[in-house]
Amino acid sequence: MATIGPNELYFLMQGLKWTLALTIIGFIGGGVFGLAVALARTSEAPFARRFTAGYIAIFQGTPLLMQLFVVYYGVALMGFNVDAWVAVAVAFTLHASAFLGEIWRGGIQAVPKGQTEAANALGLHYVSRMKDVVLPQALRISLPATIGFLVQLIKGTSLAAIVGFVELSRAGQIVSNQTFRPLTVFAIVGIIYFLICWPLSLWGASMERRLQTASR
Amino acid sequence: MPQSAAAQAPLIALDGVGKWYGAYHALKNVNMTVRKGEKIVLCGPSGSGKSTLIRCINHLEEIQEGKITVEGTTLTASARTIDAVRREVGMVFQSFNLFPHKTIMENCTLAPMRVKGVSKADAEATARKYLERVRIIDQADKYPAQLSGGQQQRAAIARALCMEPKAMLFDEPTSALDPEMVKEVLDTMIGLARDGMTMICVTHEMGFARQVADRVVFMASGEIIEEGPPEEFFRDPKHQRTRTFLGEILAHH
Repeated sequence: MATIGPNELYFLMQGLKWTLALTIIGFIGGGVFGLAVALARTSEAPFARRFTAGYIAIFQGTPLLMQLFVVYYGVALMGFNVDAWVAVAVAFTLHASAFLGEIWRGGIQAVPKGQTEAANALGLHYVSRMKDVVLPQALRISLPATIGFLVQLIKGTSLAAIVGFVELSRAGQIVSNQTFRPLTVFAIVGIIYFLICWPLSLWGASMERRLQTASR
Repeated sequence: MPQSAAAQAPLIALDGVGKWYGAYHALKNVNMTVRKGEKIVLCGPSGSGKSTLIRCINHLEEIQEGKITVEGTTLTASARTIDAVRREVGMVFQSFNLFPHKTIMENCTLAPMRVKGVSKADAEATARKYLERVRIIDQADKYPAQLSGGQQQRAAIARALCMEPKAMLFDEPTSALDPEMVKEVLDTMIGLARDGMTMICVTHEMGFARQVADRVVFMASGEIIEEGPPEEFFRDPKHQRTRTFLGEILAHH
């Protein structure tokens, strides 16, 4: 049995780097498109509402693993030769957009109706009404759930291993195969995930408490 | 007549207004004209359609029948006429509806900057003027939650005034307030009335009606039942429903 030395740890850190990169890409892409989804879900146009409702239903109702497969191999089947990075970034963005879109839709609808009415009565148009009045309040309301989803997304990136990404989980598997110390290696991998996700969860919980006291 | 035609033309005119919520007939053939500078108090039992009526004037609610004209613009579903009307008409809500994430000053400057394109400095100067008038200039940098209910409602009045509207709609502005705060808001409204603002107030404050109203309008089941100058209205109500309503309202005061 080989030992777990600096080389192995370095390899794990390389994996961690990809885990974080995938999370950030998914979160930023999902943030931008998720906002668009949330706005479409709450718009007055029935088509936009129905279309995004269908999109959310599909991406919330199927496993992320399957979504990764479909995008990764599906895009190739359609004749596009895309980089694995692009395919995985697209898949995570689509996935995160559906979830964040639904979380923020709830936030937008939780803002009291009187806020929109006051903005309307003052003559504010849609963009200002959303940007200045509704969204700042909606995002505040949605913050705990948004952080919760971010934690899920960090752990969800481990599924990118299936299309050949050596992120943290896959790196752990490789090191474990080389050293024959699966328990030690996966304990280390688990601790790394935990050290990233736990503070976020704590932050989300404290945010939730603060929101509750603020609304009392 | 000595007055010019322009002075005679009503600022707000409702002509045969009808509104339904599904099968429920909320407003039935409502006709009303408000001249510049006039103060109208709208009263009636809950569910009588008085709030619905003033919410139709600035198109927070859509009407299905008749027409509403404000300062020569007839409201249609088009954004242009809605914008034009909302520029002329300010509104104060029962639940204040201040923007909780913005300071009182920011609440007052947002719409002038975004809608009228006024510079920040000018918007703040205007806001200071009206915040002084409603006597909460010292609260300008606080957030709504840090103010009492009465202060919040006065801030909401200042916010509406910052758009320099020609008329103000008040939708039960004192109903959500603790009793000791009602007076400060009513005093602000009385001051506004004295300065010549055109006002339509939905309220149960009959003392306020006696003091400032040119006309009191009584509504029930979506219809205007009767209207008249306050002395006459309170002394000699013509309809049984008005008498019943006044009996109930005044018994509490």
